[in-house]
Amino acid sequence: MPAIADKKHWSTVHVLQNTLVTWWTILRICLEERLVYRGDFALGTLMRFLPIVTQIFLWGTIFETISGKIAGYSYHDFIAYYLLTMVARAFSSMPGLASGIATEIRDGSIKKYLIQPIDMIGFLLLNRLAHKLIYYGVAIGPFALVFFLCRNYFPSMPPLETIIAFASSLVMGFLLGFFLEAAIGLIGFWLLEVSSLLFVYMLFSFFFSGHMFPLDILPYPWNYVFESLPLQYLAYFPAAVWLGKIEGESLVTALWIEAAWVSFFIIVCRIAFQRGVKRYSGYGG
Amino acid sequence: METIRIEGLRKTYKIYQKQEGLRASFRGLFRRRYRVVEAVRGIDLSVDQGEFVAFLGPNGAGKTTTLKLLSGVISPSSGSARVLGHVPWRRENAYRRRFALVMGQKNQLWWDLPAQESFRLHQQIYRIEPAAFVARRDELVDLLEVGKLLGQPVRELSLGERMKMELIAALLHSPEVLFLDEPTIGLDVVAQHNIQNFLSYYQKLKKITILLTSHYMKDVIALCKRVVIVTDGVIVHDGSLKEIIDRFSTHKVITLQFADHGLPHDINRFGEVIEEQAPRLKIRVAKQTVTDSLAAILQLHPVEDVSVEDPPLEQVIAEIFTSVKQESDSTGKRAISKI
Repeated sequence: MPAIADKKHWSTVHVLQNTLVTWWTILRICLEERLVYRGDFALGTLMRFLPIVTQIFLWGTIFETISGKIAGYSYHDFIAYYLLTMVARAFSSMPGLASGIATEIRDGSIKKYLIQPIDMIGFLLLNRLAHKLIYYGVAIGPFALVFFLCRNYFPSMPPLETIIAFASSLVMGFLLGFFLEAAIGLIGFWLLEVSSLLFVYMLFSFFFSGHMFPLDILPYPWNYVFESLPLQYLAYFPAAVWLGKIEGESLVTALWIEAAWVSFFIIVCRIAFQRGVKRYSGYGG
Repeated sequence: METIRIEGLRKTYKIYQKQEGLRASFRGLFRRRYRVVEAVRGIDLSVDQGEFVAFLGPNGAGKTTTLKLLSGVISPSSGSARVLGHVPWRRENAYRRRFALVMGQKNQLWWDLPAQESFRLHQQIYRIEPAAFVARRDELVDLLEVGKLLGQPVRELSLGERMKMELIAALLHSPEVLFLDEPTIGLDVVAQHNIQNFLSYYQKLKKITILLTSHYMKDVIALCKRVVIVTDGVIVHDGSLKEIIDRFSTHKVITLQFADHGLPHDINRFGEVIEEQAPRLKIRVAKQTVTDSLAAILQLHPVEDVSVEDPPLEQVIAEIFTSVKQESDSTGKRAISKI
């Protein structure tokens, strides 16, 4: 009996080891692929910082005309908020993910995931992780510079618990952004063309993720409506955590709710993929 | 040993019928008309281990749909299929590790990276032991003579080179069943020949079961002993190449070379003249009259050389396709309804 148990244990370890090596290989190849087009990559990375410069000037001009605060936010608070949402968006934004999935469904390239012993969603997640890692690796320098130059806009360093909560919200923001957009892409099994749907999503996301303005400046009851949507976790929530606007028990509850949203969209993706593949017609020859 | 067993396999698609024009496009926003098309209409087939079977048929006959069903890309409307004991559309990893699908019109390699990176990824996905991976990769690379191209991005390879790489990627995990969907499409004659030679050699060596669809009869002649002809979603013939010619070819082609460098004027009473290049002439003669016609020609005219051949396979197959299509059009079987 111990021999059987030992063998079983060894085989579980072996499977786990194999899985990790597979993930690492996928990640490594995705990293290599990401580094092929250097010019596009460098330009894409640097251009990300352009909107924040315009925001600094825009809010500077607005605050010159008024005195005091807007809905409890000073000029410095706004700039700090935008810088933090920029970090959050670097984790949660998934350019080309939904449209890419829909295109693969429409032109038939999705077949490769169906015939190979590979999980398409898992593969795309690793692919996206590789893209993000490369991006952070390169963008960390410019990010550090921008934050250093804008250090006076920030309040003092938050406590360690807040930093951990902020980091958790970024990681979950990445997962939420991925599974939410992947779910939209998988609608392609039913609608084939999802660009309009994606446009509507982007529009809503721009406003209600807190990308454009802090959600808590909205009047009652709208602030509660938008704070109850999953979109707030893509930009507003991490920034609000760092700035100390959500603390204590409400912070823990909010993190649990975010984890629940992530789980919900993982399940939605799984169901959509399983059902979608059943009705898939194998387009494109 | 039976590797593939298909019984009563059917696949029905609902296809949106768009009317011409802008008005019809707006109308289509509110009310759409669909046509139900039976791409595969009750196919029964059994393939043994180590067989190399050609799946022939005109465009839209249901060949690729059948391959998609057998590789688990799509699910059938009804019927059953087992490949290596697995139901393909359950997409179990145990099955996916035992077969491969190569599509001439689809690229499965990483476009921007060298093929060797895709091979490495396949090693992990298919859980190939490192030593076996290196041995198989090197063997396939040698056979297909692509050693120098391994480090070149796939996008910079020619179509023929890319197909060779696709084949290597598909064979790295030693599949027991290989589905090939038009693997030589768009390739030049030399590249086609290379791929044919490789497939023929490799299939004999490894005794794998291969189902091939191709519109190039040279692929079929070079590779397959057994031919399955599909038209309008049903199998109309399943047998050897020779049987096809014997069963479906109603004519023979007689090539005559006349001694006096001229061409006789009365030759068309023996059969249809299909090629005329003095002093050579080709005529198409009904099978049952070949002996009599040839005797009469030889008696009447000075003939220097003569040969009697079966018509080219392309022609025989085209005749089968045409006759089945005419029959199908007259009964209107395929498009079953409009909803």
